[in-house]
Amino acid sequence: MSAVTETAPQAKKTGLGAYGTFISRHAAVVPTFAAILILLAMQIGGELYFGRFVQPRTLSALLLDNAVLMVLAVGMTFVILTGGIDLSVGAVMAFTGMVGSTMLSNGTSPLIAVPFMLAAGALVGLVIGVLIQVFDVQPFIASLVGMFAARGAAFLINLNSVKVETESVLWLQTYRIKLGDFYLTPTGILALLVVLIAFLVLQFTRFGRTVYAIGGAEQSARLMGLHVARTKILVYVISGLCGGIAGLIMTAYQGAGYPLNGVGMELDTIAAVVIGGTILTGGRGYVLGSMIGVFVFGTIKSIISFMGAEQAWMRIIVGSLLLLFIVVQRIIVARSTQRRD
Amino acid sequence: MNILDRMLKSKLKWPLAFLVALLIVNTIIRTDYLKITVQGEKLFGEPINILRNSAPLMLVALGMTIVIATRGIDLSVGAIMSVSGAVALTYIDKHEDTQTLGTVFVAIGLAILVSLALGAWNGFLTSVVGIQPIVATLVLMLAGRGIALLITKGFITTVNSDPYKFMSQGYVLFLPFAFFVSVAAILVVSLVERRTALGVLTESVGINPEASRLAGVRSRGIIWGAYIASGVLSGIAGILYSSNIMAADANAAGNLIELDAILAVVLGGTSLMGGKFSIGGTVIGVFTIQTLKSSITSIGVPPAASPLFLAGVVIIVVVIQSSLIQGLFKTWSSRTSRTSADAAAEKVEVAK
Repeated sequence: MSAVTETAPQAKKTGLGAYGTFISRHAAVVPTFAAILILLAMQIGGELYFGRFVQPRTLSALLLDNAVLMVLAVGMTFVILTGGIDLSVGAVMAFTGMVGSTMLSNGTSPLIAVPFMLAAGALVGLVIGVLIQVFDVQPFIASLVGMFAARGAAFLINLNSVKVETESVLWLQTYRIKLGDFYLTPTGILALLVVLIAFLVLQFTRFGRTVYAIGGAEQSARLMGLHVARTKILVYVISGLCGGIAGLIMTAYQGAGYPLNGVGMELDTIAAVVIGGTILTGGRGYVLGSMIGVFVFGTIKSIISFMGAEQAWMRIIVGSLLLLFIVVQRIIVARSTQRRD
Repeated sequence: MNILDRMLKSKLKWPLAFLVALLIVNTIIRTDYLKITVQGEKLFGEPINILRNSAPLMLVALGMTIVIATRGIDLSVGAIMSVSGAVALTYIDKHEDTQTLGTVFVAIGLAILVSLALGAWNGFLTSVVGIQPIVATLVLMLAGRGIALLITKGFITTVNSDPYKFMSQGYVLFLPFAFFVSVAAILVVSLVERRTALGVLTESVGINPEASRLAGVRSRGIIWGAYIASGVLSGIAGILYSSNIMAADANAAGNLIELDAILAVVLGGTSLMGGKFSIGGTVIGVFTIQTLKSSITSIGVPPAASPLFLAGVVIIVVVIQSSLIQGLFKTWSSRTSRTSADAAAEKVEVAK
């Protein structure tokens, strides 16, 4: 699905002139662009409606409160770009959080516990990847198995929350870097760093281009001699690793590990990634878009808490927004590729 | 022996063998596992519990089978269950005469109608707008529970209505009424899909949508119908669920049932890639999952570890069903059946 070659004649047909040409040339960017517009509209609307909505405090809290979701969304973006899906992210986060908090509360040094958490997350990802690539299991089923396994393992470690008192881990959350009225926590920096690294990897490395190629057309990617098998396993390992990082951030955020953390978070993550403009069939999307999607998600949350509305509305709004975005994506895809029935 | 022969050749061999193995393991561990006792006009025992408790999952999984056969997936089944239960119980709650059959029938009719509309919405998004099924149904999966919460105003609506309670807890002819509901659903679905051309058309849409469209199959209507069927069946499942606890719990009703249903379909040998589907396989898959759940406690696995246990079992089943292992089986069996002369000849060839 190369957007450029197929959409060029379309632009002439629609006859929208410069605007049409721009849209068709940059079809892949449009959903992300729309997400940015919606984010701005929501922030401005929130400010006009509530007053005191766009404040350094709320904006800083937006990053702090959504750092976990952002890291998970980065991992999910890799997986979705290859045309797969990873339902295990929330459970992996809970599992690695339990592993880490149990080790830390037993007096293990964070220098050992943190790498162990990341490795545990990556291991779950590796199992999912091998099931998909070697045993030809559907990504949906394989990651579902991963989700069950990680959730069960989290409960097996402890049924209750495990308190963490290791100062270096809690520092990630409590330390604040002040920039005027804005503040940044190490967890927020960690999340932004993950986004930055993922962005660089996807845009400027051979691995990143292979990810896009697999999502575009797996068969072609294989015929081109790209390392399809290795890459497909690796994206799930990356998603698992991100689950591990999210587990660390969550442990710092709550000061504890809890086996019920992140139930249903896989859906929030998928919603954020889709809102950010990544197309679920794979091959198109941006990790920066996923970051915007997470901010959109977080802004909806804070608007609802400002309004004091019922949580029921959160689901309905996220659902409708998701619908809006996929319809927009659908129109764009339908324009640039021949429609099938 | 004819039946046994056919069974061994059929695709249901593995799922069935697995279910039987599971039952045997359970009986070894707890000798009275399969024991059924008669008390008054009712049968009791673990197998009866499995038959009754599997009814909601059975309905959902049957709908899921048809949707998956069209190369789709329906993630919203749990949400539809919670909406349907909320509609039915809120209607009964608002009426004074909660005990009359009339109220209950109207409540059930309303709930099924709403579920039908929700299924039609899914079908509209997938077949007319052309959105990927997994995303199209994700919309309702996210929003559906919110709608159910709005209907119940955020509370867990409880009612007292004997006719409504009868559906999941009543007995007819020694057996639970819910079991008859699932038998009726199995019969209706198999008659419609297998005694008319609809099943074949559904498979053709799932195998190659483009080719079936060119061959004159109205794929749009068939896909739409599949989602409507799934919606209606989930709605009935939601009624059964709410009748079992006599409460509309918008958050707990049908929670994660979409995953169980998809697992049941896959365990029954229907590929998620669409096309060929097996209703018998799904029925076996549902019983397997329900038996697994009941055996997890009876085997003595701590309840907390049950998802891990389930994951282990699913890994074993999908790995056995995978083409890699099946290919190894085939080469292994053909090697052993080959005559020694052949093998010797091959050796000479290799030597040359």
